[in-house]
Order: sequence, then structure tokens, then C-alpha cells
Amino acid sequence: MNASLMTLELCVIALGTMLLLADFWVPAERKKFLAYAAIAALGGLLAISFNGGGICNPGSAFNGSFVNDALAIFFKRFFLLAAILVLFIAAEFSTRLAEAVSEYYSLILFALAGMLFAASSNDFAMLFVSIELITITFYVLVSFQRGKINSLEAGVKYLILGALSSAFMIFGIALIWGTTGELRFDKLAEFLARTPQLASSQIFLLGVLLVLVGLGFKIAAFPFQIWAPDVYQGAPTPTTAFLAIGSKAAGFVLLLRVLFTAVPAVAHQWTNLLIVISGITILYGNLCALPQRNLKRLLGYSSISHAGYLLLGVAALSANGQAAVLYYLAGYLFTVLAAFAVIAIVLKNVENEDISSLAGLNQRSPLLAATMTIAMVSLAGIPPLAGFFGKFLLLKAVIEQDATHPGYYCLAFTALAGVIISLYYYFGVIRVIYWSREPADVVAIELSSPAKGFIWVCLAGIFWLGLFPNTVLNFANEAAAALGK
Amino acid sequence: MSILTYIAGWPLLAALLLAVVPRNYRVILRAIAVLATLIPAVLAVKMFAQFVPGANGYQFEQQIPWVESLGISYHVGVDGLNVGLILMGAIVAFAAALCSWEIQTREKEFYILLLVMTGGILGAFASLDLFFFYFLHELALVPTFIMIGVWGRGEKKNYATFQITLYLSIGALIALIGLIALYLQSGANTFDIPKIIEHAKANPLAASAQNFIFPLLLFGFGILVSLWPFHSWAPLGYGVAPSPTAMLHAGVLKKFGLYGLIRIALPLLPQAAQSWAQVIAWLCVGNILYVGWVAMRQRDLNLLVGNSSVAHMGFIFLGIASLNIIGVTGAVLIMIAHGFLAALTFALSGYIYQQTGTLQISELGGLCRKLPFIGTALLMAAMAGCGLPGFANFAGEATVFFGAWVKFPAITIIALWGALVIGGVYMTRAIRNVLHGPLPEKWNSLADAANAWRKLPYALLLASLLIFGFAPKLLTDKINPDAEKILNQAAPIKLVAHTATSGARN
Repeated sequence: MNASLMTLELCVIALGTMLLLADFWVPAERKKFLAYAAIAALGGLLAISFNGGGICNPGSAFNGSFVNDALAIFFKRFFLLAAILVLFIAAEFSTRLAEAVSEYYSLILFALAGMLFAASSNDFAMLFVSIELITITFYVLVSFQRGKINSLEAGVKYLILGALSSAFMIFGIALIWGTTGELRFDKLAEFLARTPQLASSQIFLLGVLLVLVGLGFKIAAFPFQIWAPDVYQGAPTPTTAFLAIGSKAAGFVLLLRVLFTAVPAVAHQWTNLLIVISGITILYGNLCALPQRNLKRLLGYSSISHAGYLLLGVAALSANGQAAVLYYLAGYLFTVLAAFAVIAIVLKNVENEDISSLAGLNQRSPLLAATMTIAMVSLAGIPPLAGFFGKFLLLKAVIEQDATHPGYYCLAFTALAGVIISLYYYFGVIRVIYWSREPADVVAIELSSPAKGFIWVCLAGIFWLGLFPNTVLNFANEAAAALGK
Repeated sequence: MSILTYIAGWPLLAALLLAVVPRNYRVILRAIAVLATLIPAVLAVKMFAQFVPGANGYQFEQQIPWVESLGISYHVGVDGLNVGLILMGAIVAFAAALCSWEIQTREKEFYILLLVMTGGILGAFASLDLFFFYFLHELALVPTFIMIGVWGRGEKKNYATFQITLYLSIGALIALIGLIALYLQSGANTFDIPKIIEHAKANPLAASAQNFIFPLLLFGFGILVSLWPFHSWAPLGYGVAPSPTAMLHAGVLKKFGLYGLIRIALPLLPQAAQSWAQVIAWLCVGNILYVGWVAMRQRDLNLLVGNSSVAHMGFIFLGIASLNIIGVTGAVLIMIAHGFLAALTFALSGYIYQQTGTLQISELGGLCRKLPFIGTALLMAAMAGCGLPGFANFAGEATVFFGAWVKFPAITIIALWGALVIGGVYMTRAIRNVLHGPLPEKWNSLADAANAWRKLPYALLLASLLIFGFAPKLLTDKINPDAEKILNQAAPIKLVAHTATSGARN
């Protein structure tokens, strides 16, 4: 037993509970500051994690079902950063939540705790528990604007489909346990290596497939993407942002662990499946995003397509591919959060969130206009921004494998087609910002100083990952190396 | 630090500086932009003068590791192939900044984009690293789209913006896949071009890999260079673009694909280049004849100039396809000459559009009476365009024909015919209808380029065309030895060197 490894998770849960308690004493007009307090605390934890101060020690606990390896540490820092930035958006957004603001903040922290556990889970039971902690918290976060029919509809959709996917997943875990008697990822891999005939056992493969179905739902990969556009559109903007980055990244860390630590033999057997899913997800997300007029819905489809790009790295079945996934997620973090922050700030008083409400943004606030433009350009994958280097790494990882399977070149060209299609709608957003005919509203937007700071952090991150990839790429390479062990 | 870093770095730094200058300081914005392009132009002239022809390896080199785990480094350097291109790019960029007075709205953003474009493309030409080569080109490409979208003119603006964006992005991405595949297949585990070439000397790429990668590069780069039949974005895009953008793109940016083929595809994929040469040669007939014929039918001066610029790309492809020293030397020579020429014609048509608000040839006429300076410059540009001796274009085209004759006599005859007859017809017809004949009443108020400052960009570009037209040796002496080095890998049959020089001198 080495429970001290969980210090970080325990701190986050304690912080969430403290926020709930503080709610009793803090007057309503000051509740916004609770978010800043939480940000400061998380920032402290993040800083300590880099300082080697005890909370990110390598090791394993609970009979090896909880591990702190390079991969877990990479993702823990990632989730902490994501939560900090999402809390900034939530603080900007708090005026629209009307009541129970501090519950909203603490729910974000509980979801964060789930993600931290997910990053460390090395066991199917741990995987299920952490996924449930994330998902159940998100049911509440999605339907938080109780007065809005859209938010409630999104919550119900997410609940029904989420519960269904959880059921699939637990069924899959049961099948795996029934055929092997193992729940721990590394033990399962050893078992699989000892008994190669297992890799052709239908029941075992069905179990693995069902677990992948559950994870596919988290990352919104085809054909489990159906919830994403509606939920992205209906949920409050900070929730959408956290769904887009936190929940997706949690899905990916678990997917990487299951595929490459627990069942590597099966992953290699299913190359075709992974290639096809990745290709279809890219095309589906990009094609469906074309006609969208609602910004958040557009980003919902775009997030499906990005799940597809990320799956390129998974389908490549190589350490380079996995490192590329991590790098891409890091770039996606800054980019997508910058975009959602602009939406949260600009569309404060607009009900329908139509793209046209961005018209004239460059006159209302040049900084926000530039931020949205840079975010869109980075999502499209154009240098010198983060999205370009990420896509470059993913494409390289895929083309690298061409000798093993002819499908990889087709996949690379599918990704290329996806990028071309996406240019159309990303540039469509930029076009509305800069050269729409008659902007309806030209009132200048006042930015609070935390919001300004937030935006500069995101911009710095986007440029940093695009121009100086060395540091993060080395982290990603180390983390990916931990998977193969 | 290498002089090349300064040449590409100043414009990018100045772009950052412009971002913090308030937008109502219009004179300062403009002064910074002009200065930030003047410095690279002066430095490029200095570098060109100091360049030692035929020296071993690259000159003015600099290398800084960037991503060690992938073997990417910032590596710049010049040899005979790119030294002239960088000089041309820097001069054209300076001329484009001078011509930007036609931009009246959102000047700050325009100058920032113009400088990013300038720095990106000069950096791409100087780059000896595959990754940066692509990265910096893409950095220069994206501002083009935005400039056409925001400051473009005419009703077809939106359509043209989306067309050029999608077309060029497809081309760039296909080339990217080709470049990544090349990096992986070479097995050198580095993006450094000289190292890959060195490595490939010992272990050439397998024929199957070459035959797969070459078309990716050919068509990827080909789309960027408006190789027939992927050219339709060019005339319309240039017709709509504001003239500084058209000058920089048609003059400089477009040469990137051609330069990429010569720098990367020929030495690394020599067998595939041999087997694809025939295809390139036939496609370039499409450029020369078909697009030339389309140019004859144009009623809009800008579309005519745009089509003729596409047609000229055919000669460059013909030079590359001939795969011998004379042909490749000629190709590089035309790339430089056409850069000056395209910039000059788009600058002039931009001036006329600024004055008249139309470029319909039927509406214009007799302009030489009101615009003697601009008219004369346009006349000279047209003469350069149909290959009159004395202009750099003639030297390049003649060299290409000498080179191509050995390999493709039939195509060379067609191309010659296209250059002399078709080019002559549309150019002289345009000159007659635009500059001569009766002057319509409504154009009585037109004003010529007022002072030396306004005349400078046109004079500068014309002077460059004439200097290299009368003394192509300045360029060929530099290009020749390096073209030979590139081709020593590409062509198993080596041509005798003295024919090369005698051809180039004609």
C-alpha cells in the first residue's frame, strides 16, 4: 500500500469539498472569486508537480492498479492545466449560471479528480470507476442551466447514451474477467502472452470490443459520436470546453493503456478496424461541420474530426504515434480552450450562438478577434501554430508504418482530405469576424484582466507548441515509452 | 549569424513590431514596412555580390538544432540555385511594399501580412532543411489567402478566395505527404537536405519508393506552380488579388514549387525523374499552348496577364524535364526573370486599375498619352513577356530551348511556336488596345506616376530585367556548377559542360 501516491487526487477532492463548504459563508456577489481561489490552488499543485515535490512520485499503489508512470504524470499535468483554464472560462461565464455557482466550480474539480484517477488507472475496475466519476459529474455539468430547455435536452441525451455506453463497458469488463480472471492491465498482457490462443477467443475479443465501445463514446469516435453535437450545443460553454478537452483526453489515456498495455496482441490484430474507424471519424466530423451555423455545434463536429486525427496516432501502433497523440492533445488544449473562451465572452448576451453573432468582432475587440482567428487557424493545422506540428507528427507516424499495411497511405490521404474540407468552415468563421457586411452590434467588449491573462496564456501556448516543440515532445516521448513496458 | 537569417528575419521582426504600432500612425506603418523590405533587398544584393560561383558546398551557412529527436534543424545556406532567387524575392518584396500605397483600408493588417509573406518565402528559399522548407512556405502562403479575401477586388472575390485557398492547400498537403515519405524512405533520419543527399549517394532510394514519391512531389508542387491542368486557380486569383499580393505570389511564392522540384526531387529521386520527364514535358505543352491560347481570348488585362504568367511556367517545366545542365540552368534563369516580370506587370495593371477602376480592355485605350511612364513600362514588360532579346526572359527561354532540343525536339518546336507566336499575338494586341488608339473622354483626368518615389518600383524591376537580360552571365555562372552537381545524381548520361556554358551565353 502506497496511498501517498494519491496525494494529488486527494488534494483536488479536498479542494472541491472546501469550495462547497465555502459556499455557506461567501456572499453571492463574491462567488466569482471562489473560482480564482481554486485556480490559485490548482496552479500551486501544478507548480509543485514540476518541482519534484512529492505529489507526482513515480510508483504504483493498490496492488498495482494505480500507477504513476511518465504517461500518468504527463496527463495529470495536462488535466490540471485544462481545469485551471476551464475555471477561468467558468468565472467569466458565472453571471449566466444564475445560482449555485460554487457547486459548478466544485463539480469541475470532482470531474478533474476522475480524470486524474483515469490517468493513473492500470486496472479495469479502476478504469470503470474513474470513467463513471467523470461521466456522472458531467451529467450534472451538462444540464446545469436548469432554466434552459437546450441544456436539459443535452443533459438527458448525454445521460441516456452515457449510461448505455457504461453498460456496454461493464459487460465487456465482465467478459474479459470471465475469460482470463485478470483485471490488471499488465497481468492481462502477461496472461495473453502465455496463452496466445486467447487472442482468437470470440468471447474475450467481444469483451475487449465492448470496452472499446465505451471508450469510443468518451472520445466521440464514429459510430459513437451521435451525442457530441447536441451536447456541445446545449451544455453551458465551460462544460462544453471541459468535455472537448478533459473528457476526450481521459478517453484517450485509457484507450492507449487498454490497447497498448493490456491487449497489445489484439491491437495489432485489429489494425484494419482502427484505420477504418479513424478515417471515417475524420470524414464524418469534417463533412458534417460544413453546413453548421451554430458555433458550438460546429466545434462539436470539429471535435469529432479531431478525435479522428488523434486516432491516426493510435492506429499507427507505434511509440511515435502515441507520442504524436499526446503532443496533439497538448496543442488542442490551448487551441480549443481559447476558442471556447472567446465564445463564452462574446456571446454572453446572445441566445442562439449563431456564427453571424461574431460579425464585426474585430471592431469590438481586436484581441478576441485575433484569438479566435489563431485558434481556427491552429485547428485547421497551419504553421506556425500548435495544430500544424501535431498534425505533422501524426501524419509522419502513419506514413512511417506504410511498409506494414497498405491501408496507412489511404489513411494519410483521408486525413489530408479532412484537412482540406475543414479549411472551408474554419475560414468561414474567420471570414465572418473580419469581413462581414453589416455588423449588427459594434459595442466594444470590455475584457476583465483575468480574461486577458487567460487569453494571453492560450495564445502563448499555441505559439510555443508550434515554434518550440522540443520540450513537450520530449515529455510525450517519455510518456509514450512508459506504455510499452 | 548568417546574412540569410537577417534577410528572412527582418521582415518577420518588423511584422511583430507593426502589431504594436497604433493603426492611425499611417506614415510610420508604411515607413516600417518599406524599410523592412529595403534592408533585405540591400543585404541580398550584397550577398549576391559576395557569392563565389562554383565553390564547394553551401555559402553563408548557419545551422541551429530545433527538434533533435526528429533531426529537424534551422539550416540556411545558398548555392547557385537559390542565390538568384533570394535576390529576386527580396527586390520584388521591396517593390511590392512600395506599391502598397493603393491599400487604403486596414493598412496595419495588410503590412503585417505582407511582411510575414516576405519573411516566410525568403526563408523558405534559403532553407536547407525539409521541414523548414515546407513550414516557411506555408507561413507565407496563408497570408495570401487572407489578403485576397479582405483586400481583393471585384465581384468574384469570395469565390476566388475559396478557390485559391483550397487548391493551394491541396497542393501543399500532397507535397507534405511526399516530403514526409521522402524523409522516411531515405532512412537518413534527418530533415537536413544536404545530409539526406549525402546519405542517398551511398544508399539510393528503392525504385518503387521513388516512383511513388515523385508524382506526389510533382503534382503537389505542380499545383502550387499552376502546372496544366491544375492551373485554373491562378488567373482568377491574380485577377482578384490586390496588386502587392499578386506581385509577391506570382513573382516569388509560386517559384517555391519549381525550386522544390529542382532542389529535392531531382537529386533524390533520379530514376523516377527520368521516367516522369516525358510526362512533365507533355504537361508543359498544356501550359504553353492551351493556356497561351486562353490568354489570347481574354478581355480583362489582369486575366490576360495571369494566363500569360501560367503559360510561362511551361517553359520552366520544360527546362526541368530536359534533365540536363543547360535546361535546368535555363529553368532557374526563367524563374528569376519571370519573378521580376510578373511583379512588374501586376504592379502596372494595378496602377491602371487604381486610376480607371476597370481593366476591361475594351474600355481602355490611348492610355499612353495620359500615362507616358506607366505606358512605356507596360510596353517594355509586354516585350519582355514575348521574349524579346535584351530582357532576362529571352536569355532564360533560349537556354531552355537549347537544353530541351536534345531530348524533346518536337515539344521544343511547339514551345518555340507558343513563345514567339502566341505570346506575341496576345501581348501586342493588348498593347495596341490599352495604350494606343483614341483616348476615351472619361480618361482625360488620369495621372501618371507622379514622382520618383512612385516610379521607383517599376524602374527597379525593369532595371533588373534589363541587367540580367544583357548580362545573364551574372546568373548562369552561378547556377551552372550547382545545376551540374544536382544533375550528376539525376541523370546517368552526363552532358559535356562546355555546351552548357555556350548555350547559356546565347
